[in-house]
Amino acid sequence: MSGIGGLTLTIGLPLVAALVLVALSAYERRAGAATGPGFFQRNGLAIGLYLVVAVGFWAFFIILLPQLAMVDMSFRPKLPPAQMGGPKDLYTLENYRYFLFGSTTSTAEWNWIHIKAFFLTIGVSVVITAFNFVICYPLAFHMAQSATLARLRMLLLLLIIPYWVNEILRAFAFRVLLSSGGIINQLLMGSGITSEPFDFLAADIGLYMGLSYAYLLMMIFPLYNAIESLDKNQIEAARDLGAPWWHIHAFIVMPHSKPGIASGCTLVFMLTAGALAAPLVLGGPRTLWFTPIVYDRFYQAFNWPQGAAYALILLVTCIVFVLVVLKAFRLSLGEITR
Amino acid sequence: MAAAVELEGVNVTFGDFVAVRQANLTIEPGEFFSFLGPSGCGKTTLLRTISGFIEPTHGNVRIGGQDMKGIGPNRRPTALIFQNLALFPMMSVAENIGYGLRVRGVPRHERDEKVKNLLIQVALTEHGHKRVAELSGGQKQRVAIARALAVEPKVLLLDEPLSALDLKLRQHMRTELRAIQKKVGITFIYITHDQGEALTMSDRIAVMNAGVIEQVGDGRAVYAEPRTPFVAAFVGENNQIRGRITQVADGFATLETPLGLLKGRNPVGLGAGEEALLFVRPEALRLGHDGQANGSGFEAETLDVAYEGSVTHVTLRVRTGQKITATLGAGSALPAPGEMLCLGFAPQDGLLLKRPERA
Repeated sequence: MSGIGGLTLTIGLPLVAALVLVALSAYERRAGAATGPGFFQRNGLAIGLYLVVAVGFWAFFIILLPQLAMVDMSFRPKLPPAQMGGPKDLYTLENYRYFLFGSTTSTAEWNWIHIKAFFLTIGVSVVITAFNFVICYPLAFHMAQSATLARLRMLLLLLIIPYWVNEILRAFAFRVLLSSGGIINQLLMGSGITSEPFDFLAADIGLYMGLSYAYLLMMIFPLYNAIESLDKNQIEAARDLGAPWWHIHAFIVMPHSKPGIASGCTLVFMLTAGALAAPLVLGGPRTLWFTPIVYDRFYQAFNWPQGAAYALILLVTCIVFVLVVLKAFRLSLGEITR
Repeated sequence: MAAAVELEGVNVTFGDFVAVRQANLTIEPGEFFSFLGPSGCGKTTLLRTISGFIEPTHGNVRIGGQDMKGIGPNRRPTALIFQNLALFPMMSVAENIGYGLRVRGVPRHERDEKVKNLLIQVALTEHGHKRVAELSGGQKQRVAIARALAVEPKVLLLDEPLSALDLKLRQHMRTELRAIQKKVGITFIYITHDQGEALTMSDRIAVMNAGVIEQVGDGRAVYAEPRTPFVAAFVGENNQIRGRITQVADGFATLETPLGLLKGRNPVGLGAGEEALLFVRPEALRLGHDGQANGSGFEAETLDVAYEGSVTHVTLRVRTGQKITATLGAGSALPAPGEMLCLGFAPQDGLLLKRPERA
């Protein structure tokens, strides 16, 4: 991709994307789906054009193109730079095969180490997402429905400020806290509960704590937003009709906040499954989380095509999983953005 | 039979603010009882106290003779209809109506049967499967009533449920509510700032102002026999004229005002020398050129004549600059704007009440 061809692609594709958007809006208008003043009438020609081009550019260069490059790379063999684009650079499924069956020279039937890490990552991410929901729901409910304004502000500050600290720093802080000479072990031993330091990191407790904490805010805010929009009278009406508190939560508050719950859970699940800092810093010696494996493909094995294939496997699995869960709860993708 | 609801020295305060002061009241079973007052008078607070969402700071609430202290809204024999109805949007009409039964663990077939009967009762038979959002305003109203009636409350509490409807529907729903109440025979406690609603529907009305129940009585009593200046001014249109009592005789008294001496009834037994307010309804004023002929009268200049068909509202200005309204029946001779008239009223149509300190 060089010279004229590259330039045409750089300028041309965003324009094509922009044209598609314009055509789409024109089609909606024709079909009667959209009413009111047109896009350009509302924004003016200059700003309208800017929005269309900027969004087209952004969607294409920042989101679509890198991912497409990854997809493309994942189907190519690992080659020295000199041979790239040469006769040996053919599309292959080798990288995906490796994930399932390991190296061609290995004797094992399946590549168990990677497959296990993969399913562990998905499974633990589900558990952590559920755990996050359990922690955040009561807090979000309190903030949205019963806290005074002053209390709400204080809670929001307390929630947000710790997140000013860098993710890696937070992970190391957990490590210091949970290490064998750390304050928790000192407390445990000082109070006589244990005689020897407990290895929280080897037991993966550190990892799970770090992961649970890392994306708490991504759960709190969608929940808070969703519960906040519930009319207080609905809760009172249910109470007045004789409903016990758990029934109100299960049949009034949660159905109402379903989009927020889905949105929060999707975010936390995706981010946890793709988390890198916490598994690298807090992962026990026996745990193999999937993202460090992907990381190793790129930077230890210098096998970028394989790394790309592994990353895609994780991404596609997560997306499919989320879509299936949304379907199971009868939510459309559009609803979680409300 | 025990009273449906008894309030005994009920006080509700929020911090320094006294929302309800010393409410004492007995509401009988089967009664349609209204609390009438301007917004912020404490009527909603009182309703929430009866339903159990607010615990009184002092005093007792008894429902069906039973003290309600410490009993939450979910365990009281009351059902509340909210101002915005608070129907559950994610449930169908039938599920809404059946919600109270569901949380009580009523078996499904029994529940369905009951919901069906209620749907018939509120004329929504065809709409059970619909979402709440698909219904019209009046239909939503009836769903809210059915949902509340489903739990068979002893007392139904209604918090201005008609205020969101347009005038025509509101008038229709008044009749309907009254009919439903007659049919089910339970106590209705109705909150409103609309005197028309209170007067047309209620057996008895409690007029509230600034947290205090000023007067309790049937519609005729609060309209024709107000006991306080607030009730006289709030219920229906009224003209008020300030003055000082000069003479008292046989339940009547004479008031010395800037407009001259005016005579009216003295039901609260004001004595000579007391500051008082004279209330005269617009429909009790008679226009003529011989005002003093029967009873009291004073001069006024016609400002505006608003002809409404069955009645005509005439706005006049008296010597002090105060405006007075008179309502004339159909067939009366109408004055022209600018015309000087003499306004007269019979002494039994004038009502003297003690002037409050702050007024």
